[in-house]
Amino acid sequence: MDGATTKSLYWQGVRAGVPFLLVVMPFGLLFGVVATEAGLTAWQTMAFSSVVFAGASQFAALQLMVENAPMAIVVATALAVNLRMAMYSASLATYLGDAPFLTRALVAYVNVDQSYAVAVNTFEDRPDLTTPQKVGYFFGAVTPIVPMWIVATALGVWLGEGIPPSMALDFAVPICFLAIIAPMMRTLAHMLAAVTSIVVALLLAGVPYNLGLLAAAGTAMIVGAQVEVWQDQRTRR
Amino acid sequence: MSDFYIWSIIAILAVGTYLIRFSFLGLIAGRDLPDWVLRHLRYTAVAVLPGLVAPLVLWPDATDGQPDPARLSAALVTFGVGILTRNVVAAILCGGATLYGMLWALGAG
Repeated sequence: MDGATTKSLYWQGVRAGVPFLLVVMPFGLLFGVVATEAGLTAWQTMAFSSVVFAGASQFAALQLMVENAPMAIVVATALAVNLRMAMYSASLATYLGDAPFLTRALVAYVNVDQSYAVAVNTFEDRPDLTTPQKVGYFFGAVTPIVPMWIVATALGVWLGEGIPPSMALDFAVPICFLAIIAPMMRTLAHMLAAVTSIVVALLLAGVPYNLGLLAAAGTAMIVGAQVEVWQDQRTRR
Repeated sequence: MSDFYIWSIIAILAVGTYLIRFSFLGLIAGRDLPDWVLRHLRYTAVAVLPGLVAPLVLWPDATDGQPDPARLSAALVTFGVGILTRNVVAAILCGGATLYGMLWALGAG
């Protein structure tokens, strides 16, 4: 490392973050379109993307809101989708725990799937980096993503009203979710968790307030964790 | 949907999501979670999203809850391409192309 400064680490982060625009832009655009179709105002849609800032949970909440689910159910389900970020937070804390409080507070706000994945890969590969360098790299990686997520949502709001029903936009949300889920099928444990989630959710589809989905999610998490334990025991033997 | 309903959900999700993201970075920085908690957290996304999508794929509102060949094929193609390529954008594009292709073919036939 030729005396890498915090500034050069920032630009390395930016370069690592740019390719993710290919995922973030269409996804943000779609949220703008779907939220507008669902009846949210432009302000509500923009606030949603700016302050919640978590695509998958935004789509999950929107879907339940369209189904008129009670507020508590909408919130519980969407937050369950975001629980994985507690894991990101714990993992980032081991690298950035020494950074000033306000810096960590800002890191938390822009801690999304893409920035987490890029940053932790780099931190693992380069343990020689100082904390300010790591912070610089992290903010670099989110610099392209954060503003473009909000711009893409605005673009979707603007386009939203002009899209006819024959475009079958109702199915844009399932397609997006399936595209996000597929690459998550990394291990047998992930696959069995997903299958459990599907089976329980379908069996309990008639349960009021979409409580079936929360039951499905809880069961699937336990199945995933148990399968992981069994597999570890087997490889150790 | 009332304005109160929408704004309350946005506000609660904003605060809740931020607290989840801030949790370990902010409050107990550097201290590791117990293994069994991490093990369950690893599966949250994969536990929630498939259960959310499955009924939307099998019983779409747009067809009054009747299984629809165009939407079913689009779902299978999206998932298949996603698993094979691990590329979210490629999966979305192929799924969208299948949906429109099938809707057009069935509508024309």
